[in-house]
Amino acid sequence: MRTLIYLLIGILFGITMFKSEAASWFRIYEMFKFESFHMYGIIGSALVLGILVTQSIKRFDIKSFYGEKIVFTPKAKSFSRYLIGGIVFGLGWALAGACPGPMFTLVGAGYVPILVVIAAAIVGTFAYGIVKDKIPH
Amino acid sequence: MNLIYEPWPWYIAGPMIALILFLLLMVGKNFGMSSNLRTLCTLCGAGKTTDFFKFDWKSQKWNLIVVLGAIIGGYIGAHFLSNTTAVVLNPETISDLKTFGFESAGTAYLPTEMFATTALGSLKNLVLLVLGGLFVGFGARYAGGCTSGHAISGLSNLQLPSLIAVIGFFIGGLTMIHLIFPILF
Repeated sequence: MRTLIYLLIGILFGITMFKSEAASWFRIYEMFKFESFHMYGIIGSALVLGILVTQSIKRFDIKSFYGEKIVFTPKAKSFSRYLIGGIVFGLGWALAGACPGPMFTLVGAGYVPILVVIAAAIVGTFAYGIVKDKIPH
Repeated sequence: MNLIYEPWPWYIAGPMIALILFLLLMVGKNFGMSSNLRTLCTLCGAGKTTDFFKFDWKSQKWNLIVVLGAIIGGYIGAHFLSNTTAVVLNPETISDLKTFGFESAGTAYLPTEMFATTALGSLKNLVLLVLGGLFVGFGARYAGGCTSGHAISGLSNLQLPSLIAVIGFFIGGLTMIHLIFPILF
């Protein structure tokens, strides 16, 4: 049953990414050129509502559908890992035109070369795991 | 009802993403897609090489199912919910993409120069796809999250680290498009 719920949430996410064109390389390019409000509207409105959802859950101690406490793990305090890691991610996001969610959506949409991007992203994650202790965090 | 076949405007898409965040929180999970890349490393046996990948991947199985859903959703979106998938871009964007050699701008969902199956025959394109993927994978894990984990989940929880990461995403993205693209294309 829970598996089915996760699958349905994923399907909803995939359809949204595809239909909103957030999975389009062109939209990412246009966003970084500041030539359209579209992506800012998507992220901005998701964020405003996301803040409302998250802060309401915390303030009113809303329980999950299963009656459990909803736990938010604060991100570890640091500066360099977020900035440097973020910059590296941004370089890739703009070049590949897809972040880790939409990448998978594009597989379903039938774009074969995105598999190369996904395989490389897995290798990139692996490379991070190897050099993790040698780079600033 | 025909509206569903048109590209969805931001004011539908944004609230849908917030709904997905809400649903995941309400089933006791969180919204973060890049951690799946780490899980996939573990599934490929990366736990043998370094502790970072030594964890019980089954604890992340739910998120892999979300990924499977995202793939199916992409199929449904592209094959059943779209009359046309050409992305209508700002005419200025189209004209500068054409100067970079992206003739498909304005007529396709993804640039055919990079994402048509035949584009895999170009070594330069292959290198670009690999580099893009490597940066996304390395950067997401280094920063501890991607667009979903930081820009949506993290910022919604008012996390300063997520704000720093999102500023990083933009520094990287702007650098790529404004400074590196003119060299690459």
